[in-house]
Amino acid sequence: MIQSSFTERNLRILFPLPAVVFIGLLMVFPILYTLYLSFTNWNLTSGMEASFVGLNSYLRVFFEPRFLRAVGRTFSFTVSAVAIEVVLGVAIALILNRAFVGRSLAKLLLLLPLVATPVAVGIVFNLFYDPTIGLLNFALDAIGLPQGRWVSSENTVIASLVLVDVWQWTPMITLIVLAGLAGLSEEPVEAARVDGASEWQILRYVTIPMVMPVILTAMILRLIDALKTFDIIFAMTGGGPGYASETLNIMGFKYSFEYFRMGQSSVILVALFLVVLLCSLGIMKLRASSEN
Amino acid sequence: MKKNKIVSTVLFYLLVLIIALVVLFPFLWMLTSSFKTQVDIISWPPKLFFEPTLQNYRKVFEEQDFLKYFFNSTLVGAMAVGLSLLLGLPAAYSISRFAQKKLALFILLARLMPGISFLMPWYIIFSRLGLMDSYVALILSHMLIALPIVVWIMSTYFNTIPRELEESAMVDGATRQLAFLKIILPLSGPGIITATTLSFIFSWNNFMFSQVLSMERTKTLPIAVYNFLSYAEVDWGGVMAAAVAIMAPALILTMIFQKYVVKGLTMGAVKG
Repeated sequence: MIQSSFTERNLRILFPLPAVVFIGLLMVFPILYTLYLSFTNWNLTSGMEASFVGLNSYLRVFFEPRFLRAVGRTFSFTVSAVAIEVVLGVAIALILNRAFVGRSLAKLLLLLPLVATPVAVGIVFNLFYDPTIGLLNFALDAIGLPQGRWVSSENTVIASLVLVDVWQWTPMITLIVLAGLAGLSEEPVEAARVDGASEWQILRYVTIPMVMPVILTAMILRLIDALKTFDIIFAMTGGGPGYASETLNIMGFKYSFEYFRMGQSSVILVALFLVVLLCSLGIMKLRASSEN
Repeated sequence: MKKNKIVSTVLFYLLVLIIALVVLFPFLWMLTSSFKTQVDIISWPPKLFFEPTLQNYRKVFEEQDFLKYFFNSTLVGAMAVGLSLLLGLPAAYSISRFAQKKLALFILLARLMPGISFLMPWYIIFSRLGLMDSYVALILSHMLIALPIVVWIMSTYFNTIPRELEESAMVDGATRQLAFLKIILPLSGPGIITATTLSFIFSWNNFMFSQVLSMERTKTLPIAVYNFLSYAEVDWGGVMAAAVAIMAPALILTMIFQKYVVKGLTMGAVKG
């Protein structure tokens, strides 16, 4: 009896404890370890012990043009993908937000890209983009437009990858916004209609402002995931041609598991970690302020 | 006026059709290519009509040992989800009932942080422990995918179960932990289905962790599909058949549990 009351009194600690210990061991400790390694020049292939070099690895990485370009590319990929996804996703949600025959089928279709294995999606798009046998060049040729080299060209590789991300993740925005629209009360729209507002005005001044918090949250969730995009880039281009599609995540992966320069890779990982952390804190702030 | 209505209805369905086609197109192209011979795939112009062959699937399942990778993916996903439920359900209950917002945030961080910032240290640690290419390492890594999803979905779900239910049981002398087990958990079926389906799919699709931590013995499906590419000349038919084989289970799960998956994916952004 006494024992069980101890359990009960401390339930708020005991219940979450295993999960917290697990995350501590598998997430917090590794992150701290990465932070430690970033102050060393450890190279796994050299067979030497890690030696402390202060900020040396940071300086070497930060003054590396390849790193700066990877940072820029990470942001340009993320911003363009998410911007297109939000605009398209909201537009499609507004189109589908009415009763129609086949609505539940349409919603099922929208789910499919979200659960499709990204590596496999990337490979399918590679066949689509292939300069000599791909359907895209054939279609362009058929309507008299010039063909491209898509993921094989430095100039078009990022745009081609963005398109894949847009195909896969626009439905996520649509589904979230549809769920948000379903939760809105009809009254403001009815009131505006009674006051003689046009459908466009209702959309612009009533509906969209009401779902704005949902749109924002969906956008930031996507933003955080897009910053970490790995699978499709790795499968489709491996960061190439050259380094033309190398984002922070891909560069960190190569430094870790191809060059085994753990000191410098840790610096890249810390940089990526900070970028994502700052964006995540942004999301918390935004959610908190929308709750008040 | 009536004519206008017909025009706008036709336009609307046309738009829906276009959206559906764009969404479906890669799946359809993947599926048809998986039944084509290499000659048909590389022929120009691309062939819409061709004689279907099962040779690609035969290759995938007979030459490539796909059943083993299939087993590995299933085992790792099922274990990771099962253990995450074991750790995550009590944590989610506690977060819900004691309003532990900071704790929720801490666990959610595992979902937000880039996987590679743990993967590199794991690689070093698991190598030293002799756990490379082991199911243990792979399951632990996939738990970090599944656990935040379980906690996130279940704490939201527990919020919808009235506190009065377990409180009245506690008045009758039951402990809170017993009330959780006997009253709350039996009511949590829909939430658990959502959490299980979604976290299993995310584990199933994970590429990066398995690419680094597994080798021949524990290789999972995404790695097997990716390895198809590393041959000198891409065997497109084989890759497409492999892509179909890996996507099919996740797509079928999604069709069966459609409502739950939608709920799980949109829960983060829409309250209620």
